[in-house]
Amino acid sequence: MKLRIKFRKFGPVRYIGHLDVMRFFQKAIRRAGIDVAYTSGFSPHQVMSFAAPLGVGLTSNGEYMDIEVCSADFPDVCGEVKRRLNEVSVPGIEVISVKVLPKDAGNAMASVAAASYTVRFREGREPAVHLTEALAEFMKKEQILITKETKKGQREVDLKAGIYQLTWENDAFYMLLDASSGGNIKPVQVIQALFADCGETLQENALLITREEVYTNIGTQEDIKLVPLDEIGI
Amino acid sequence: MKILKKDGGRIKGPGENAAANGMRNQCMEDRLALSDDILMKIEKPERYIGHEVNSVVKDKGKIKVRFAMCFPDVYEIGMSHLGIQILYDMFNSMEDVWCERVYSPWLDLDAVMREKKIPLFALESQDPVREFDFLGITIQYEMCYTNILQILDLSGIPLMALERGDDCPIVIGGGPCTYNPEPLADFFDLFYIGEGETRYRDLIDLYQECRSGGLKRREFLRRAAKLPGIYVPQFYETTYNEDGTIRSFSPVEDGIPAVVQKEIELNVTDTYYPMKPVVPFIKVTQDRVVLEIQRGCIRGCRFCQAGQLYRPVRERDVDTMKKYALEMLKNTGHEEISLSSLSSSDYSKLPELIDFLIEECSRQHVNISLPSLRIDAFSLDVMSKVQDVKKSSLTFAPEAGSQRLRNVINKGLTEEAILNGAALAFEGGWTRVKLYFMLGLPMETPEDIRGIAELSNKIAATFFDTVPKEKRTNGKVQIVVSTSFFVPKPFTPFQWAKQCTKEEFLEKAYLTRTSISDQLNQKSIKYNWHEADASVMEGVLARGDRRLGEVIRKVYEKGGFYDAWSEYYDNERWLKTMEECGLSVDFYTHRERPADEILPWDFIDCGVTKEFLLREWEKAKREETSENCKIKCQGCGASRFGCGICFEPRT
Ligand code: SF4
Ligand code: SF4
Repeated sequence: MKLRIKFRKFGPVRYIGHLDVMRFFQKAIRRAGIDVAYTSGFSPHQVMSFAAPLGVGLTSNGEYMDIEVCSADFPDVCGEVKRRLNEVSVPGIEVISVKVLPKDAGNAMASVAAASYTVRFREGREPAVHLTEALAEFMKKEQILITKETKKGQREVDLKAGIYQLTWENDAFYMLLDASSGGNIKPVQVIQALFADCGETLQENALLITREEVYTNIGTQEDIKLVPLDEIGI
Repeated sequence: MKILKKDGGRIKGPGENAAANGMRNQCMEDRLALSDDILMKIEKPERYIGHEVNSVVKDKGKIKVRFAMCFPDVYEIGMSHLGIQILYDMFNSMEDVWCERVYSPWLDLDAVMREKKIPLFALESQDPVREFDFLGITIQYEMCYTNILQILDLSGIPLMALERGDDCPIVIGGGPCTYNPEPLADFFDLFYIGEGETRYRDLIDLYQECRSGGLKRREFLRRAAKLPGIYVPQFYETTYNEDGTIRSFSPVEDGIPAVVQKEIELNVTDTYYPMKPVVPFIKVTQDRVVLEIQRGCIRGCRFCQAGQLYRPVRERDVDTMKKYALEMLKNTGHEEISLSSLSSSDYSKLPELIDFLIEECSRQHVNISLPSLRIDAFSLDVMSKVQDVKKSSLTFAPEAGSQRLRNVINKGLTEEAILNGAALAFEGGWTRVKLYFMLGLPMETPEDIRGIAELSNKIAATFFDTVPKEKRTNGKVQIVVSTSFFVPKPFTPFQWAKQCTKEEFLEKAYLTRTSISDQLNQKSIKYNWHEADASVMEGVLARGDRRLGEVIRKVYEKGGFYDAWSEYYDNERWLKTMEECGLSVDFYTHRERPADEILPWDFIDCGVTKEFLLREWEKAKREETSENCKIKCQGCGASRFGCGICFEPRT
């Protein structure tokens, strides 16, 4: 049986890198006594898939991982797995839902199409410009070009098509961005492009970023229909 | 909404409040000593944020004594140390004590802390170490001495014990290096000599008694000096002869004991053991459950300090070990378990324990790692069950290249045993062998060094003899020879021995290398050797006296620390500083000490007697071996503790 686990990450543990979060859950699952499936061979590892990695320092209200369990002969599997994981977790990593995935569902990592973020400025590091106006101008552009540093050198990319939503309200940006493996956009890239556009410079470590949700596309390439990853499954 | 935080007078990083602002679920415990700006900039911020699984957080209002437990090296090393986990568990089992962990900040953070004047903090509460009652530092190797000064300095604690005020934590040293604490005498308020399980409660009670009686620091220390196992250096004085040797060492006050006897846990089964060890977020050196199956070693190799310090051997009850294994796996979620002891093959219930672990662990997908096993039919059988034969390697530690020199050092491993073990292993599919030797052992000749190459060659030949061509999976055998340079240590039969100079060491390494390349099978043999510089300085510190305190301090003040990391070790700086202080490297290393010389550590009684060590030293010179404790008692003196192997029937 495949389970999709949604969790939050906040507080000091936001400094734990993606690989270490995976290690954390491998051990947590064992502490929780969940009968997770292993690969075979001399160094077996748990059958586990994480959705998009979260950068160090970011908090999140919508992280996902799929695990495969062999037996779970207790009523309310989802409730029980959630309760047990939270019992053995640390403050700052909190499981908020567990769902059983349909057999044909793609794994968490392959399913990621988009992610939403809330972005705030640290006190004292806000820009001088009026953001509502700057943003309105920015959204009118037909192309939002940035240069990306890649292994092969610099490359120009257009962010425009991948910014599905971008608003500024109550001192916070809300953004829904392409997070697919081909077109992943980071929130900081959007802010940098916006600042470049209105002649502002982004101060160092100025942003407080929370990932709110990760989405999958149940529509087509042309007609995108995004739903949160935990709406797959029951 | 704005959450304002009280933070112990620390300079606040810009934007730190904003970090909490707007982030849900921030609360008091989430306060970190380092600002977001710093944590985003340094390597591995996870080293400094605490919050690991099983780390202990207590209510400050409900405890009376705060203990900071420090391993003076980087987090990944310090977190892997079993001794600290045992003491952490012991202290935190005391209702009135809260014990927290402290490690050396890495160089990147060290620079930031100095620049921004951020005091060193403990991981759990993130509070400055300076506010604690005790700072306990475990001292595992000589080259961490400068890191101890880094810890004190960053904490804002005066380096010199005599300069500390009543509001400073009491700085305690423990661990194997305290068996010669003299080079560090200036920096510690007290040393705890021996195993930590026994005397800390008394010490803490005494501390509270003194505190409520309004007694000063020095009075507490005076009383502590009278507790068994406790050494308070400021109450002792050393005088020197003209030639630099010690004329006298004695207490400066009446009532201070002239001899300090090591503390020892008599019953190692019925004592503290961490059922819930802290589980780090980042991968540390020892990322597994560690089961200490016994303490001490029966073998008495003459170069080995641990083999003497932890006498007599005490085994832990096997049923208790099985129970612990399961419980610790459950509480940590680790995917690997390892047995810890100086010589696991000597544990009498090893087959029973391993059978049990193999069965449980395969069910639970847990790997078993078995260090320090003697290679024989039994261990090969076990190893083939728990590891991938193709990927793993066999380890032999003959330590010396010839039987003659192995007799000198009392290493009871024969060439026959090695070749038989290797043949068995090659038949079983192993193709990689690691060999460990020491260079610069007492009475070593070029013949012994060539013996290293010859033995390695014979092992390679054994492979070609035992494995027919068509069965050689990857066609060849891989032998890796590593040599370290011998450093004489206190409380070993070689404590009187002359250590080699750097030049001598390098010559020996060169001879090893050329001898290996003379061998028929040289293509199958790879040779690694350690750097010689640090081994010489390690030797100075290991057998040094109080005068070296000045050297350590000056080296630190010139910017030296992380000396245990070869990339940060600056030999010139040490040599120059020795010279500045008017001390000679050769005096400490390059001379044989006469039997009647007062050694800096003579005032410590570690269980084995000086007579026994001398006897062994003489036997070494006659190339005579001594049997191990299981076969025949050598009358080392440790039986007076009334426990362990000394009272078991011989086999
Ligand atoms: S076997 Fe020898 S080297 Fe190993 S711990 Fe025992 S005495 Fe020391
Ligand atoms: S007294 Fe004898 S049996 Fe006991 S540790 Fe010493 S040598 Fe071994």
